[in-house]
Amino acid sequence: MRSRQAVIVGAFNTRQARRLDGETSDTVTSAAIRGALGDAGLDVADVTGVNVLPGLDYQNGSRKFGYAMGIPYFWAGRAMPGAASVLEAATAIEAGVTDVVVLAAGEAGIHQDAASTAPWTRPSNEFIECWGLMTPAEFALSAKEYMHRFSVDPAKVAHVAAVIRNNGARNPEAVYYGRGPFSAEDILASRMVADPYHLLDCATTAEGGSALVLTTAERARDLPGVAVAVLGGGSESWGPSYTHPPTYERVGMLGRDAADRAFARAGIAREDVDVFELYDNFSWEIIRYFEAFRYCGVGEGPDFVAGGAIEVTGRYPVVTDGGTMSHSHTGESQRIQRVVQAVRQLRGSSAANQLPDPRVALVAALGDVVLLGRQDSR
Amino acid sequence: MRPLPRPTALSRPFWDGCLDGRLLVQRCSSCARCFFIPSVFCPHCLDTDYEWVESSGRGHVVTYTVVWRPPTPAFDPPYVVAVVQLEEGYEMFTNIVGAEPDADLIGAAVQVRFHRESEEIALPFFELAPATGLRP
Repeated sequence: MRSRQAVIVGAFNTRQARRLDGETSDTVTSAAIRGALGDAGLDVADVTGVNVLPGLDYQNGSRKFGYAMGIPYFWAGRAMPGAASVLEAATAIEAGVTDVVVLAAGEAGIHQDAASTAPWTRPSNEFIECWGLMTPAEFALSAKEYMHRFSVDPAKVAHVAAVIRNNGARNPEAVYYGRGPFSAEDILASRMVADPYHLLDCATTAEGGSALVLTTAERARDLPGVAVAVLGGGSESWGPSYTHPPTYERVGMLGRDAADRAFARAGIAREDVDVFELYDNFSWEIIRYFEAFRYCGVGEGPDFVAGGAIEVTGRYPVVTDGGTMSHSHTGESQRIQRVVQAVRQLRGSSAANQLPDPRVALVAALGDVVLLGRQDSR
Repeated sequence: MRPLPRPTALSRPFWDGCLDGRLLVQRCSSCARCFFIPSVFCPHCLDTDYEWVESSGRGHVVTYTVVWRPPTPAFDPPYVVAVVQLEEGYEMFTNIVGAEPDADLIGAAVQVRFHRESEEIALPFFELAPATGLRP
């Protein structure tokens, strides 16, 4: 094991719901932090670093929460919540920059206008706002181009959404628990949002918070829970979305180099991964990940995910909590949920869809990738 | 009414061009490549010298989506959001007007068509170019 090997020792989601009456982004985020620290067996006084994003407060969330938590001086991470912030915190911990890091985000009370799409889907600038662009249309552009180029049967893309939503339908913690089962035909029968994406191809919106606690493997030996090691990671950005066109040529291979680096650092092979907790904001993105990460050739993804391959009982199970389509999507903290679910799978404590003895999880969101592994030698 | 651009000092020439019925674009004085959206330096060679030149306004659809659920009630669906690549080699977001929602537009030849939205703003929509068919 590496010196100062970074491990996840706490992982927690608050209750997720379409509406959490009386809650705010700050209250759900702080509840998530308490939950994750409790899960880790640590106290606020142990924390030396934070990366916290309450609501959409991208500028000041960490400093506000670090101060509010009473930490005199703290390392403040700046990566986006989820795989990116885990990789950044793990890197800082392994470099000796900080010791115990809380990563958290949460959202409540922001999306109130039912006539409009969620606020985080409507960024404004002078070259997009006038064209009626929002997140589903943005992501539809590359999916449309890909499906045109490879003459993809829409049912093969819809199949991905059906699998993920069915995972959520079995998860009592999912906002859409019991909603299902869905077939690809059901997905295609839902109303169109932005071609090729139907309503059921897209993420939902909800409220809730999520948090993680990371520290060193040495420190984790004294803690009660099962630690999950950050084996490796990578992080790629492609430019400002909502400004420059996300054509397939630009975004299709986003995350490939990140995955290459993650596997190289971890010293494991693609086939060593047991579960794939991928950011499922839109159905085709799952196909894109498997191609970008070299699990199959470019253009082969629709067949790769077909049949039972990505179901819980398959060789490449994806998004086992139901993801953003069924479990919850909260603005930004949903990307932490992917990590929480990976940790729970590796610990054997998933609320549903528990895999038999998974040892390695791949978590990815857009161009950010981390590989997580259960720590056995304790 | 759809939200309209609020031009900046950098983007003002572009929007003034639209009001005049001309699609302007920055061309790098060093490498002669065109770039969009407006930038203070060339994204190809990082030179800060550029001039505004008039684009042909002709191009083709790289990709598109038909939006049926708009971000706000200000938009009237269905409408086509597209990425158009202009003959000068740069790409821009736009709406394609006058196309059937079920038409396959990828590769289609298009040309700019300005529409006056207010005293200060005309928007560069695109429409299918007549009789040119698909891009070779």
